Amino acid sequence: MIWTAIIATSFIVFALKYLGQAVPAAWLANARIQKFALHLPTALLAALVAVQTVGNEKSIVFDARSIGVIVAGVALFFKAPFPVVVLLAALTSAGIHQL
Amino acid sequence: MSRAILRDSLSVALTVGVYGIAFGAAAVEADLSVLQACVLSLLAFTGASQFAVVGVLGAGGSALSAITAASLLGVRNSFYGLRMAPILQVRGAKRLAAAQITIDESTAVSVAQEDKGLAEMRFGFWATGIGVYIFWNLFTFLGALGATALGDPAAWGLDAAVPAAFLGLLWPRLISKSARIVALLSIFLCTLLIPFAPAGVPVIACALIPFIFAFVGDRK
Repeated sequence: MIWTAIIATSFIVFALKYLGQAVPAAWLANARIQKFALHLPTALLAALVAVQTVGNEKSIVFDARSIGVIVAGVALFFKAPFPVVVLLAALTSAGIHQL
Repeated sequence: MSRAILRDSLSVALTVGVYGIAFGAAAVEADLSVLQACVLSLLAFTGASQFAVVGVLGAGGSALSAITAASLLGVRNSFYGLRMAPILQVRGAKRLAAAQITIDESTAVSVAQEDKGLAEMRFGFWATGIGVYIFWNLFTFLGALGATALGDPAAWGLDAAVPAAFLGLLWPRLISKSARIVALLSIFLCTLLIPFAPAGVPVIACALIPFIFAFVGDRK
Protein backbone atom coordinates (compact mmCIF):
# COMPACT_ATOMS: atom_id res chain seq x y z
CA MET A 1 0.00 0.00 0.00
CA ILE A 2 2.85 2.38 0.85
CA TRP A 3 4.60 1.62 -2.45
CA THR A 4 1.36 2.19 -4.35
CA ALA A 5 1.01 5.61 -2.72
CA ILE A 6 4.66 6.46 -3.45
CA ILE A 7 4.65 5.46 -7.13
CA ALA A 8 1.21 6.89 -7.95
CA THR A 9 1.94 10.17 -6.14
CA SER A 10 5.30 10.50 -7.90
CA PHE A 11 3.71 9.93 -11.30
CA ILE A 12 0.85 12.39 -10.75
CA VAL A 13 2.92 15.21 -9.24
CA PHE A 14 5.41 14.91 -12.12
CA ALA A 15 2.56 14.99 -14.66
CA LEU A 16 1.25 18.15 -12.96
CA LYS A 17 4.66 19.81 -13.16
CA TYR A 18 5.04 18.84 -16.84
CA LEU A 19 1.50 19.93 -17.68
CA GLY A 20 2.23 23.56 -16.80
CA GLN A 21 5.19 23.65 -19.22
CA ALA A 22 3.37 21.83 -22.00
CA VAL A 23 -0.17 23.22 -22.24
CA PRO A 24 -1.04 26.47 -24.04
CA ALA A 25 -0.81 29.37 -21.57
CA ALA A 26 -4.46 30.32 -22.06
CA TRP A 27 -5.66 27.06 -20.47
CA LEU A 28 -4.56 28.02 -16.99
CA ALA A 29 -4.79 31.80 -17.36
CA ASN A 30 -8.38 32.04 -16.09
CA ALA A 31 -8.56 34.33 -13.03
CA ARG A 32 -10.83 32.00 -11.05
CA ILE A 33 -8.59 28.99 -11.69
CA GLN A 34 -5.58 31.04 -10.58
CA LYS A 35 -7.36 32.11 -7.40
CA PHE A 36 -8.24 28.47 -6.69
CA ALA A 37 -4.62 27.43 -7.26
CA LEU A 38 -3.36 30.20 -4.97
CA HIS A 39 -5.53 29.18 -2.02
CA LEU A 40 -5.50 25.39 -2.49
CA PRO A 41 -2.15 24.74 -0.75
CA THR A 42 -3.13 27.09 2.10
CA ALA A 43 -6.34 25.15 2.74
CA LEU A 44 -4.70 21.71 2.55
CA LEU A 45 -1.71 22.63 4.71
CA ALA A 46 -4.03 24.14 7.34
CA ALA A 47 -6.11 20.96 7.28
CA LEU A 48 -2.98 18.81 7.66
CA VAL A 49 -1.92 20.90 10.67
CA ALA A 50 -5.37 20.31 12.22
CA VAL A 51 -5.37 16.54 11.62
CA GLN A 52 -1.84 16.10 12.92
CA THR A 53 -2.40 18.32 15.98
CA VAL A 54 -5.71 17.09 17.40
CA GLY A 55 -6.63 14.03 15.31
CA ASN A 56 -6.19 10.52 16.68
CA GLU A 57 -7.87 7.96 14.39
CA LYS A 58 -11.49 9.16 14.53
CA SER A 59 -11.35 11.10 17.76
CA ILE A 60 -10.19 14.57 18.71
CA VAL A 61 -7.60 14.65 21.45
CA PHE A 62 -5.54 17.36 23.08
CA ASP A 63 -2.19 15.94 24.17
CA ALA A 64 1.55 16.59 24.46
CA ARG A 65 1.81 16.80 20.67
CA SER A 66 -0.93 19.48 20.53
CA ILE A 67 0.93 21.63 23.05
CA GLY A 68 4.11 21.15 21.00
CA VAL A 69 2.33 22.56 17.91
CA ILE A 70 1.05 25.56 19.88
CA VAL A 71 4.64 26.26 20.96
CA ALA A 72 5.64 26.02 17.28
CA GLY A 73 2.95 28.59 16.42
CA VAL A 74 4.26 30.98 19.07
CA ALA A 75 7.81 30.50 17.75
CA LEU A 76 6.66 31.26 14.18
CA PHE A 77 4.83 34.35 15.43
CA PHE A 78 8.13 35.59 16.86
CA LYS A 79 9.78 34.84 13.49
CA ALA A 80 11.91 31.91 14.68
CA PRO A 81 13.69 30.05 11.86
CA PHE A 82 12.27 26.72 10.67
CA PRO A 83 14.72 24.37 12.46
CA VAL A 84 14.12 26.17 15.77
CA VAL A 85 10.34 25.91 15.30
CA VAL A 86 10.45 22.16 14.68
CA LEU A 87 12.96 21.57 17.48
CA LEU A 88 10.90 23.53 20.03
CA ALA A 89 7.77 21.54 19.11
CA ALA A 90 9.66 18.26 19.47
CA LEU A 91 11.29 19.25 22.77
CA THR A 92 7.96 20.38 24.23
CA SER A 93 6.19 17.15 23.30
CA ALA A 94 9.11 14.97 24.41
CA GLY A 95 9.36 16.90 27.69
CA ILE A 96 5.68 16.35 28.47
CA HIS A 97 6.00 12.64 27.60
CA GLN A 98 8.79 12.40 30.20
CA LEU A 99 6.60 13.84 32.99
CA MET B 1 26.61 38.82 -12.57
CA SER B 2 25.66 35.26 -11.65
CA ARG B 3 27.58 34.98 -8.41
CA ALA B 4 24.89 36.76 -6.38
CA ILE B 5 22.21 34.53 -7.89
CA LEU B 6 24.30 31.44 -7.16
CA ARG B 7 24.63 32.57 -3.53
CA ASP B 8 20.83 33.04 -3.31
CA SER B 9 20.27 29.64 -4.90
CA LEU B 10 22.65 27.83 -2.57
CA SER B 11 21.30 29.44 0.59
CA VAL B 12 17.76 28.51 -0.46
CA ALA B 13 18.91 24.97 -1.29
CA LEU B 14 20.57 24.53 2.11
CA THR B 15 17.59 25.93 4.03
CA VAL B 16 15.25 23.59 2.20
CA GLY B 17 17.63 20.75 3.02
CA VAL B 18 16.61 21.17 6.65
CA TYR B 19 13.01 20.46 5.66
CA GLY B 20 14.40 17.29 4.10
CA ILE B 21 15.54 16.10 7.54
CA ALA B 22 12.05 16.79 8.91
CA PHE B 23 10.53 14.91 5.96
CA GLY B 24 12.80 11.90 6.34
CA ALA B 25 11.96 11.72 10.05
CA ALA B 26 8.24 12.20 9.39
CA ALA B 27 8.30 9.38 6.83
CA VAL B 28 9.85 6.96 9.30
CA GLU B 29 7.36 8.08 11.97
CA ALA B 30 4.59 7.13 9.47
CA ASP B 31 6.14 3.64 9.10
CA LEU B 32 7.86 4.17 5.76
CA SER B 33 11.26 2.52 5.35
CA VAL B 34 14.39 4.58 4.70
CA LEU B 35 14.29 3.36 1.08
CA GLN B 36 10.64 4.38 0.66
CA ALA B 37 11.36 7.85 2.08
CA CYS B 38 14.29 8.29 -0.32
CA VAL B 39 12.38 7.04 -3.39
CA LEU B 40 9.56 9.47 -2.66
CA SER B 41 12.01 12.39 -2.42
CA LEU B 42 13.84 11.34 -5.61
CA LEU B 43 10.72 10.79 -7.72
CA ALA B 44 8.04 13.09 -6.34
CA PHE B 45 10.39 15.92 -5.26
CA THR B 46 7.80 18.39 -4.00
CA GLY B 47 7.87 18.89 -0.25
CA ALA B 48 4.29 19.66 0.68
CA SER B 49 2.91 16.72 -1.36
CA GLN B 50 5.45 14.37 0.19
CA PHE B 51 4.54 15.54 3.70
CA ALA B 52 0.88 14.98 2.77
CA VAL B 53 1.56 11.37 1.75
CA VAL B 54 3.24 10.52 5.04
CA GLY B 55 0.79 12.68 7.03
CA VAL B 56 -2.26 10.87 5.64
CA LEU B 57 -0.70 7.39 5.78
CA GLY B 58 0.58 8.08 9.30
CA ALA B 59 -2.94 9.04 10.41
CA GLY B 60 -4.22 5.69 9.12
CA GLY B 61 -5.59 6.98 5.81
CA SER B 62 -5.83 4.87 2.66
CA ALA B 63 -3.34 5.00 -0.21
CA LEU B 64 -6.03 6.67 -2.32
CA SER B 65 -6.51 9.46 0.26
CA ALA B 66 -2.76 9.97 0.45
CA ILE B 67 -2.44 10.14 -3.35
CA THR B 68 -5.39 12.54 -3.65
CA ALA B 69 -4.16 14.94 -0.95
CA ALA B 70 -0.64 14.91 -2.43
CA SER B 71 -1.93 15.50 -5.96
CA LEU B 72 -4.10 18.42 -4.88
CA LEU B 73 -1.05 19.99 -3.24
CA GLY B 74 0.92 19.38 -6.46
CA VAL B 75 -1.50 21.42 -8.58
CA ARG B 76 0.37 24.63 -7.79
CA ASN B 77 3.44 23.31 -9.61
CA SER B 78 1.42 23.36 -12.86
CA PHE B 79 1.07 27.09 -12.44
CA TYR B 80 4.77 27.49 -11.75
CA GLY B 81 5.44 25.53 -14.95
CA LEU B 82 3.15 27.86 -16.82
CA ARG B 83 5.08 30.85 -15.47
CA MET B 84 8.49 29.29 -16.25
CA ALA B 85 7.79 27.86 -19.74
CA PRO B 86 8.25 31.11 -21.71
CA ILE B 87 11.39 31.91 -19.68
CA LEU B 88 13.08 28.50 -19.99
CA GLN B 89 11.97 27.66 -23.55
CA VAL B 90 13.18 24.07 -23.36
CA ARG B 91 12.13 20.94 -25.26
CA GLY B 92 12.59 17.19 -25.00
CA ALA B 93 14.77 15.76 -22.23
CA LYS B 94 15.61 19.24 -20.93
CA ARG B 95 11.93 19.97 -20.51
CA LEU B 96 11.48 16.76 -18.51
CA ALA B 97 14.37 17.80 -16.25
CA ALA B 98 12.97 21.32 -15.93
CA ALA B 99 9.55 19.92 -15.02
CA GLN B 100 11.00 17.75 -12.25
CA ILE B 101 12.67 20.76 -10.57
CA THR B 102 9.68 23.10 -11.02
CA ILE B 103 8.89 23.77 -7.34
CA ASP B 104 8.19 26.71 -5.02
CA GLU B 105 11.84 27.61 -4.51
CA SER B 106 13.21 27.39 -8.08
CA THR B 107 10.29 29.45 -9.37
CA ALA B 108 10.61 32.03 -6.58
CA VAL B 109 14.36 32.59 -7.09
CA SER B 110 13.91 32.80 -10.87
CA VAL B 111 11.05 35.28 -10.69
CA ALA B 112 13.07 37.41 -8.24
CA GLN B 113 15.63 38.02 -11.06
CA GLU B 114 12.97 39.46 -13.37
CA ASP B 115 14.56 42.91 -13.61
CA LYS B 116 17.94 41.39 -14.58
CA GLY B 117 16.86 39.57 -17.74
CA LEU B 118 16.05 36.14 -19.14
CA ALA B 119 19.52 34.62 -18.81
CA GLU B 120 19.64 35.40 -15.08
CA MET B 121 16.10 34.09 -14.58
CA ARG B 122 17.08 30.81 -16.24
CA PHE B 123 20.27 30.56 -14.22
CA GLY B 124 18.35 31.17 -10.97
CA PHE B 125 15.84 28.46 -11.86
CA TRP B 126 18.39 25.77 -12.73
CA ALA B 127 20.84 26.57 -9.92
CA THR B 128 18.11 26.60 -7.27
CA GLY B 129 16.26 23.58 -8.64
CA ILE B 130 19.37 21.40 -8.92
CA GLY B 131 20.72 22.64 -5.57
CA VAL B 132 17.46 21.87 -3.76
CA TYR B 133 17.28 18.48 -5.50
CA ILE B 134 20.71 17.49 -4.19
CA PHE B 135 20.21 18.75 -0.62
CA TRP B 136 16.58 17.64 -0.31
CA ASN B 137 17.47 14.05 -1.21
CA LEU B 138 20.64 13.99 0.88
CA PHE B 139 18.84 15.31 3.97
CA THR B 140 15.82 13.05 3.45
CA PHE B 141 18.21 10.11 3.68
CA LEU B 142 19.91 11.50 6.81
CA GLY B 143 16.57 12.36 8.48
CA ALA B 144 15.11 8.93 7.79
CA LEU B 145 18.28 7.21 8.97
CA GLY B 146 18.41 9.34 12.11
CA ALA B 147 14.75 8.73 12.98
CA THR B 148 15.21 4.98 12.49
CA ALA B 149 18.11 5.05 14.95
CA LEU B 150 16.08 6.98 17.54
CA GLY B 151 13.44 4.30 18.09
CA ASP B 152 10.17 5.41 19.75
CA PRO B 153 9.20 8.58 17.83
CA ALA B 154 6.83 10.00 20.46
CA ALA B 155 9.53 9.88 23.15
CA TRP B 156 11.64 12.21 20.98
CA GLY B 157 8.74 14.52 20.22
CA LEU B 158 8.58 13.56 16.54
CA ASP B 159 4.79 13.40 16.81
CA ALA B 160 4.79 17.19 17.31
CA ALA B 161 7.63 17.86 14.86
CA VAL B 162 5.53 16.72 11.89
CA PRO B 163 2.57 19.12 12.39
CA ALA B 164 5.07 21.84 13.37
CA ALA B 165 6.73 21.33 9.96
CA PHE B 166 3.33 21.67 8.26
CA LEU B 167 2.73 24.86 10.24
CA GLY B 168 6.14 26.12 9.08
CA LEU B 169 5.13 25.47 5.46
CA LEU B 170 1.75 27.15 5.98
CA TRP B 171 2.97 30.25 7.83
CA PRO B 172 4.54 32.21 4.90
CA ARG B 173 1.31 31.71 2.93
CA LEU B 174 -0.75 33.62 5.51
CA ILE B 175 0.28 37.05 4.23
CA SER B 176 -3.16 38.13 2.98
CA LYS B 177 -6.42 38.38 4.87
CA SER B 178 -8.13 36.01 2.42
CA ALA B 179 -5.38 33.41 2.94
CA ARG B 180 -5.87 33.62 6.72
CA ILE B 181 -9.64 33.17 6.31
CA VAL B 182 -9.10 30.14 4.05
CA ALA B 183 -6.70 28.63 6.62
CA LEU B 184 -9.06 29.19 9.57
CA LEU B 185 -12.06 27.77 7.69
CA SER B 186 -9.99 24.73 6.69
CA ILE B 187 -8.88 24.07 10.26
CA PHE B 188 -12.50 24.37 11.40
CA LEU B 189 -13.97 22.13 8.65
CA CYS B 190 -11.22 19.53 8.97
CA THR B 191 -11.54 19.26 12.76
CA LEU B 192 -15.32 19.00 12.42
CA LEU B 193 -14.96 16.08 9.96
CA ILE B 194 -12.35 14.06 11.88
CA PRO B 195 -14.88 12.06 13.97
CA PHE B 196 -17.10 11.27 10.96
CA ALA B 197 -14.93 10.75 7.87
CA PRO B 198 -12.25 8.11 7.15
CA ALA B 199 -8.67 9.31 7.77
CA GLY B 200 -7.39 11.54 4.96
CA VAL B 201 -10.84 12.56 3.77
CA PRO B 202 -11.13 15.61 6.10
CA VAL B 203 -7.94 17.00 4.51
CA ILE B 204 -9.15 16.44 0.94
CA ALA B 205 -12.58 17.92 1.77
CA CYS B 206 -10.87 21.23 2.58
CA ALA B 207 -10.15 21.70 -1.15
CA LEU B 208 -13.80 22.78 -1.25
CA ILE B 209 -12.99 26.00 0.60
CA PRO B 210 -10.68 27.57 -2.01
CA PHE B 211 -13.02 26.19 -4.68
CA ILE B 212 -15.95 28.11 -3.18
CA PHE B 213 -13.71 31.15 -2.69
CA ALA B 214 -12.68 31.15 -6.36
CA PHE B 215 -15.79 30.00 -8.19
CA VAL B 216 -18.75 31.07 -6.06
CA GLY B 217 -17.45 34.35 -4.65
CA ASP B 218 -17.57 37.73 -6.40
CA ARG B 219 -16.10 38.29 -9.83
CA LYS B 220 -12.88 39.84 -8.68
